[in-house]
Amino acid sequence: MKTTQILIAGFGGQGILFAGKFLAYKGLQEELQVSWLPSYGPEMRGGTANCNVILSDTPVGSPIVTSPDVLIAMNLPSLQKYIDTVVPGGQVYVDSALIDVKVERTDVEVFYIPATQMAKDNDIATLANMIIVGHLLQNHPELDFDGAAETVEHLVPPKKAALIELNMKALNLGKEYKN
Amino acid sequence: MATVFQKPKSLSDAPLHYCPGCPHGIIHRLVAEAIDELGIEGKTIGVAPVGCAVMAYDYFTVDMIEAAHGRAPATATGIKRCRPENIVFTYQGDGDLASIGMAETVHAAARNENITVIFVNNAIYGMTGGQMAPTSLPGQVTQTSPYGRDVNHCGWPIKVCEMLSTLEGPEYITRVAVNNVKNVLNAKKAIKKAFQNQMEGKGFSLVEVVSACPTNWGMTPQKALQWVESDMLPYYPIGVYKDRSAAKEEAK
Amino acid sequence: MAQRVLMKGNEAIAEAAIRAGCRHYFGYPITPQTEIAAYMAKKMPKIGGVFLQAESEIASINMVYGAAAAGMRVMTSSSSPGISLKSEGLSYIAGSDVPALVVNVQRGGPGLGGIQPSQSDYFQATKGGGHGDYRMIVLAPASVQEMASLTIKGFELADKYLMTSMILADGTIGQMMEPITFEDTEVKTYEKPWALTGTNGQRKHNVVNSLYLKPDELEQKNIARYERYKVVEENEAMWEEYMMEDAEYCVVAFGIASRVAKNAVVAARKEGIKVGLIRPITLWPFPKKALAKAAEQVKGFVCVELNMGQMIEDVRLYTQCKKPVSLCSRCGGMIPSPEEVLESIRKAQKGEF
Repeated sequence: MKTTQILIAGFGGQGILFAGKFLAYKGLQEELQVSWLPSYGPEMRGGTANCNVILSDTPVGSPIVTSPDVLIAMNLPSLQKYIDTVVPGGQVYVDSALIDVKVERTDVEVFYIPATQMAKDNDIATLANMIIVGHLLQNHPELDFDGAAETVEHLVPPKKAALIELNMKALNLGKEYKN
Repeated sequence: MATVFQKPKSLSDAPLHYCPGCPHGIIHRLVAEAIDELGIEGKTIGVAPVGCAVMAYDYFTVDMIEAAHGRAPATATGIKRCRPENIVFTYQGDGDLASIGMAETVHAAARNENITVIFVNNAIYGMTGGQMAPTSLPGQVTQTSPYGRDVNHCGWPIKVCEMLSTLEGPEYITRVAVNNVKNVLNAKKAIKKAFQNQMEGKGFSLVEVVSACPTNWGMTPQKALQWVESDMLPYYPIGVYKDRSAAKEEAK
Repeated sequence: MAQRVLMKGNEAIAEAAIRAGCRHYFGYPITPQTEIAAYMAKKMPKIGGVFLQAESEIASINMVYGAAAAGMRVMTSSSSPGISLKSEGLSYIAGSDVPALVVNVQRGGPGLGGIQPSQSDYFQATKGGGHGDYRMIVLAPASVQEMASLTIKGFELADKYLMTSMILADGTIGQMMEPITFEDTEVKTYEKPWALTGTNGQRKHNVVNSLYLKPDELEQKNIARYERYKVVEENEAMWEEYMMEDAEYCVVAFGIASRVAKNAVVAARKEGIKVGLIRPITLWPFPKKALAKAAEQVKGFVCVELNMGQMIEDVRLYTQCKKPVSLCSRCGGMIPSPEEVLESIRKAQKGEF
């Protein structure tokens, strides 16, 4: 039985929920059991946003992630709030363009990715989230990167087809980033 | 022998429970005559209020529903949106329509909901025994305004037609009375037009019928009708407050 | 096999309602159920249905009353404070014996409360809320899939027994996405000869009404209604039993709380504690038989809910207080962690209730 609990946190507007949706759909594509639970309410309007995703090969119990195996932190308050909840041996993805502190814990694996800067440099300013997700996919072979395009196509409405290519560009940037 | 007068088909044989001298019987009859004359008895659905007319569902032979207090326009909306081919009317008093149900009234009018509203204004809560209504006149003595309606204490009566006619939404807003033969005949015309409007898909039509409540006004029926003329109608003038189709015709 | 798609719980309700033949939705905005209205607003005009945003919760439930009386499969949805406003209408609908589906995606209360998930409307849903003697069928989904399946079931039961079915969900199940399949199962429909359609000159007029001024007549109406309720209690209770075969302790939880509890049960089993879970799927009718049976089998119960302890009263009632019952609860929008539930199970094992 393998269950991966993912917590994605940052500001509203950083695509936190979208990143979570991508991972949930990717899990669905790999025929895993999945759940996706957003924070909702006033937080959606510019404050902090977070999103719980669970991928499992058995039915998901509680959809609430209290001890994440994977934390994606896209701003400093989120890192500070959740770093201690990550399980020992878990993974932490840090947008190092926005967070200039290092993780003190030594029992977790940390990936520093200057995603917001990379996104800016590549004219995909709103897609730092997907750069980090690309790097995460690289570390999780059970989420086959090859099917990523199909997942993106599923999530992007036909009217915004141009975004498919940009999302793929972001995922590839993340995939190829050497930590 | 030729029949010169008979009960409308749309009225049942159930004896009315209304007080002696109450004009509800007249108004019921006018509604039933309009339904009969338009040949819509088989497809009409009526909505009864909470108030004196609460048992109207027994008096009309068309399909009927009893609404919660003030909610008749919402209930009628639900029916009409399901069955646009049917003719839906509400029959409401002043407490029901202009106090507890004011929001439902205003919004059904604003949506130009294609229904017909018969609004009986007798300036008092009749069924509960004569309390102050939203349309009770300044100075009017009721059970809950025993010293006369003090507008500084409990506000002014609401002029429903004047208010609703400020809305873009409604098709037809008119006030009639049933205190004399001429007014009764005109009331009949207005009610029939309000149903006709619905049949033609024109939208929200409200007929305010200025009525009387001899029992709770503490008057003889005759005196009550005089009071309608002397006190009610000056405050609530008879007339057409809005008629969109007629206005359009005129503009041509 | 039908395709698995990801869907929010609220959207699953809306889609399922449409599949159940609901073509009329009347509502008023409130968090956290707004996705239902948004979905209906988008879909209904395209399939010849009606979505109408009412001026208030009160108006919307009375529109539902009218539409139900007109013989349609109709629904409204809201969240806790809005359901209080609809309670008057729920009583009229019950008193007039017309079927409707009402969704409550609960949030913390009382008063304006909060907007985070809660189960604190258990009493309101199962014991009344509106005035008078009446019941509603109360269905408590614990997954997005059940949001859909119980919505369809809710419409069927409402039509069958001429009463309101309430989907008692919460903000978590409403907002979360899970894979879901819509199988092409046949949806049951029922004849409605009592509906307001216009007499067409063919029959005596139909009257939909809850007013009976003669006390003996009103009493008979109520007695007849409760005869019907008895049939519902006998036949329609639904529940899930999880690891109950050899259980010495029993956790009772519904909706989102049951999912947290399930994690805790699994963890407790790893510690060697023989514990199982009973998850009521219908809160009314309450799964009395399951609880009565468990009371003979286990040493004690742990009731997990997102309120100050509401369902626990029914657990005590239907186990006839034969075994101790402890409460593990959070409220106001807080959700207990599996660890908190596990701790309650451990305490139960030590005889601490």
